[in-house]
Amino acid sequence: MVKIKTTNYNLFYGLKQALFDINMDIYKNKITAIIGPSGCGKSTLLRSFNRMNDLIDGVKAKGDIFIDDKSIYKDWDVVELRRKVGMVFQKPNPFPKSIFDNVIYGPRTSGIKDKRKLNDIMEKSLKQAALWDEVKDILRQSAMSLSGGQQQRLCIARAFAVKPEIILMDEATSSLDPISTAKIEELILELKKDYTIVVVTHSMQQAARMSDYTALLYLGKLIEYDKTEKIFTSPSNEITKNYVTGRFG
Amino acid sequence: MNKRNFSQGLNFIIIKISVFVVVAFLFFIIFHIFRNGISSISIDFLTKPPTDSMTRGGIFPAIVGTFCLSIGALIVAVPMGIISAIYLSEYTKGGLFLRILRLGIRNLAGIPSIVFGLFGLALFVIKFGFGSSLLSGSLTLGFLILPTIIAATEEALRGIPQDFREASLALGATKVQTIFKVVLPAALSNIVTGILLSVGRVAGETAPIMFTAAAFYKPALPTSVFDEVMALPYHIYTLATEGTHFEQTLPIQYGTCLVLLALVVLMDIAGIWIRLKARKSKKW
Amino acid sequence: MGSSLKEKIYKNIFLIVTAFSLVILFLIALFLFAEALPLFKNVSLIDFLFGKMWYPTMSPHSFGILPLILASFYVSFLSAIISIPLGIAFAVYLSELAPKGIKEVLKPLVELISGFPSVVLGFFGMVVIAPWMTNKLSPFFTETIPNFLSFLHLSYLSNFFANNLYIDVGLNITSASIMLAFITIPTIASLSEDALYLVPRTYKEASLSLGATKWETIKKIVLPAASSGIATAVMLGVSRAMGETMIVLMTCGGASMIPVRPFDPARPLPAAIAAEMGEAPYHSLHYEALFGIGAVLFILTLIFNILSDIARTQGEKKMKGKSV
Repeated sequence: MVKIKTTNYNLFYGLKQALFDINMDIYKNKITAIIGPSGCGKSTLLRSFNRMNDLIDGVKAKGDIFIDDKSIYKDWDVVELRRKVGMVFQKPNPFPKSIFDNVIYGPRTSGIKDKRKLNDIMEKSLKQAALWDEVKDILRQSAMSLSGGQQQRLCIARAFAVKPEIILMDEATSSLDPISTAKIEELILELKKDYTIVVVTHSMQQAARMSDYTALLYLGKLIEYDKTEKIFTSPSNEITKNYVTGRFG
Repeated sequence: MNKRNFSQGLNFIIIKISVFVVVAFLFFIIFHIFRNGISSISIDFLTKPPTDSMTRGGIFPAIVGTFCLSIGALIVAVPMGIISAIYLSEYTKGGLFLRILRLGIRNLAGIPSIVFGLFGLALFVIKFGFGSSLLSGSLTLGFLILPTIIAATEEALRGIPQDFREASLALGATKVQTIFKVVLPAALSNIVTGILLSVGRVAGETAPIMFTAAAFYKPALPTSVFDEVMALPYHIYTLATEGTHFEQTLPIQYGTCLVLLALVVLMDIAGIWIRLKARKSKKW
Repeated sequence: MGSSLKEKIYKNIFLIVTAFSLVILFLIALFLFAEALPLFKNVSLIDFLFGKMWYPTMSPHSFGILPLILASFYVSFLSAIISIPLGIAFAVYLSELAPKGIKEVLKPLVELISGFPSVVLGFFGMVVIAPWMTNKLSPFFTETIPNFLSFLHLSYLSNFFANNLYIDVGLNITSASIMLAFITIPTIASLSEDALYLVPRTYKEASLSLGATKWETIKKIVLPAASSGIATAVMLGVSRAMGETMIVLMTCGGASMIPVRPFDPARPLPAAIAAEMGEAPYHSLHYEALFGIGAVLFILTLIFNILSDIARTQGEKKMKGKSV
């Protein structure tokens, strides 16, 4: 079942075109990896799904993206869209608030005031992010006091707390140590049954280990998009073949 | 080689002497005011109005007046300054117009305070008919520090990493929620520092209130915003430049200087301390 | 879409408040000129700016502000001679020489000086500097030095000192300049330090690795690289000295004649406004002339502020050009 669908999607930073005619169906309850050399537009594409590119001056989009068959530009209210589509960033970016306040930030801003309900959401989200046991006694401490790996899992928990259906991960493990990375990868595989997950990664091993589908972007163009197995074993495009065998990038 | 080392040593000594001269002068002033002013300070001095054509008695009305003027200026400048800074830093996109605007604000912060006094006289005292009053003085002082507060707040807001804003928006918070729940709280201590330094400045300003608010002698405390008030800096000025009782009132002058100085220095130290604390606990 | 309506309302409230505060601030300039303008029906601009007599209350009155303008330049110049070297030395010490602990104490001290109430400094100038000038410095110039010079048979020089460096009023240009220098040093020191801090470390390392001493590196590499930033600082310092009111009002003596000797009393622009506005009847010529002085002061400080902005942009360009 298709969750996200892009149709002839183009994106411009001022005069510079960053994405060219992207046509892509992303499937529900699957992990989709977007790979490609740095600067190829993979983060830009990911940030298109929740319209984070809107924040950058001079960005213009052509074509459209549909989530649940509704256009993200015409049918979705951008705030509603971002609640539906959670995002985890490259660098852990907890707010300078307590762990508790970080997790319930989303539900609180959407107007939930009931203390018990907030507590439930917080506990459940932290458990989902496999962080509960480590922080359950220090919930009132500043999130800044956590380690990098813990901070990133906190950001994941924070994203869960708004009950999204899609989770976007923008090189979410690139700034972490191998142990934290393994933990988060494990977590992502676990989550697949409930969420649609799109990850951007520069690590081909990570893409191969985790994802069901893989897309290769090169110079803003979608070169090949297929089942991960196919991409890594018998790619049909020459560029893909060179890239996955490590001959460039 | 020896000559070069000698030249370096000599120049470094000159530099160190320069620094010493400036710092020594600062402490000499503070010490001089303190030594001559401390004997005037008493409970009565701080809580009683002046008597005997201001040759005796206390400075209570001036303390109250300075306090009211400072609060008034803050009421004028802080909400407007913070909102303007939010708009400029969070809502405007770069470009020539904004650059010119920032340049304008920076230059407004450099306008002499006496010019603000003239402005306050023409607009608030005369045109709006507020007279020489707490209201006119607060408005004048408020606009005097407005550019400083805008600039300090904008700088504090721009110091907040873009990551925080993105994280908040990505969680489905609106822009306003993002500003009030994430950006402002994170920038708060730097904003407070800017405000405290401005209070120090407002409390010590004389020129802008000379013709907009300050009374030469008015022992009764203000009862409305349309009252003229005494103020510490103006009190010093009038006593020091009034020919007839200069010698006689010298202890009062020193005492008032000491009170004003203590007030201003306290504000500055509080501001600097908050900034220092925030910087130490900051992890982004 | 309730949330997006709310967003728009907020945004517009922000916009209105911002526009309001900016408009009021820009009104300041307008008001100065509007209040001053009627004066020029009676007095020509040339007579106002270059007239040598400031007799606003006599009859016939005379509204020439040249003595006041020259007094402002005189005190600003003299104070700059003191504050520029001290301020830059302070900055060099902070950025290049001071150990970390001392630096952490000195920087707040600089801020403290910059926040000093100017009326207290004016008062200090009146009660300490001025008596010191007449009681100590004047005899030193007119007796001690001439006596010493006569002893050396340099009678010409001796007479020069005795006849020119007497100080009969302690409240004079030099007294005001000393206090003005003190209050402008923080501006120059802290902005120069920012400029020195921005000089890339690689410059210093390159110079040191070529065998230059630390002082040679500072003099030949660091200071030149920071020169436009330092120029910015100096311009802002001069602008601040020129606009400072209480110090010149209380310590400069107030005589509205063209100043010649550094120990002459004078009446700089802000002092004239502050001293006379209380007695000028509303919308009299005198009142309008004082607003005219305000406008001149506004323009003069604006020129220095703009010069400092030009220096800043020049510096930014230079830095960018070099780092690419």
